[in-house]
Amino acid sequence: MKKVKVFITLKESVLDPQGQAVMQSLHNMDYKNVQDVRIGKYIELQLDDSANVAEEVDTICDKLLANTVIENYRYEIEEEVHS
Amino acid sequence: MKTAVIVFPGSNCDQDMYYAIKDGLGEEVDYVWHAETSLDGYDAVMIPGGFSYGDYLRSGAIARFAGIMPAVVKAAQEGKPVLGVCNGFQILLESGLLPGAMLKNKNLKFICESVNLQVKNNQTQFSSLYDQNEVIRIPIAHGEGNYYCDDATLQELEDQNRIVFTYSGENPNGSRADIAGIINETGNVLGMMPHPERAADALLGSDDGLRLFQSILKHWRESTHAAYTS
Repeated sequence: MKKVKVFITLKESVLDPQGQAVMQSLHNMDYKNVQDVRIGKYIELQLDDSANVAEEVDTICDKLLANTVIENYRYEIEEEVHS
Repeated sequence: MKTAVIVFPGSNCDQDMYYAIKDGLGEEVDYVWHAETSLDGYDAVMIPGGFSYGDYLRSGAIARFAGIMPAVVKAAQEGKPVLGVCNGFQILLESGLLPGAMLKNKNLKFICESVNLQVKNNQTQFSSLYDQNEVIRIPIAHGEGNYYCDDATLQELEDQNRIVFTYSGENPNGSRADIAGIINETGNVLGMMPHPERAADALLGSDDGLRLFQSILKHWRESTHAAYTS
């Protein structure tokens, strides 16, 4: 079993209104050193072992998890250890 | 003209759309459940607004893989008119039938109000009964209507005259180039955030939306008449 951690972020060229609102709040809280805030998504998948997990995850991200018009994704594949 | 209104779990403008066509246009219309796989026999397809699948992941992202969607793509490829309103527009973007994507409104608020739209292209089968540059009043109701596309796509939309409606006056959601509605290359798929079906009767405050449906019907009658006489 593989555990896949998928991180989805807005592309640099895309304005993030949520991130801007959070940054404003941080500035109001006196965290003046915060220069930028970008909000993304974190998704965990569990997959049965197969030879081409990475290939499969790429397809899953391209097709459904991310909208590549506005988002980038990256992921980490870990061995799932059962206790 | 026989029209299909697609119903997803979470659609909430399907009945408005149904009545705009049935009572506003006086034409035949059916609800078609998302799990169906065929749209054979329908002349036009409407994808209504709402929150299909709870807008989980992204608006329209899950609806785009519903059982009915291959039939919607087929109808679009066959040249049938396909109209996506609000969540329907988001589904058309996710499915790749129209270019671009939606972001959260610039002010992060869900906006529900009547807005002024300008008709930027009245040479389409959805807008032929409007005057060029006419300003019409149609309601919007969305949290993610901030249309985004890259520079190359915007250039293409402008060069090919595919921006059909823009917000007139203040842009409510921050969309690129004030875009409120765009059409595909072949001119038979329109996506728009404003709700013409909610402005299809003067009793609702505006009947400016009715002419959009009447334009579709007019084009359908002319094209079927042409087919019979050619």
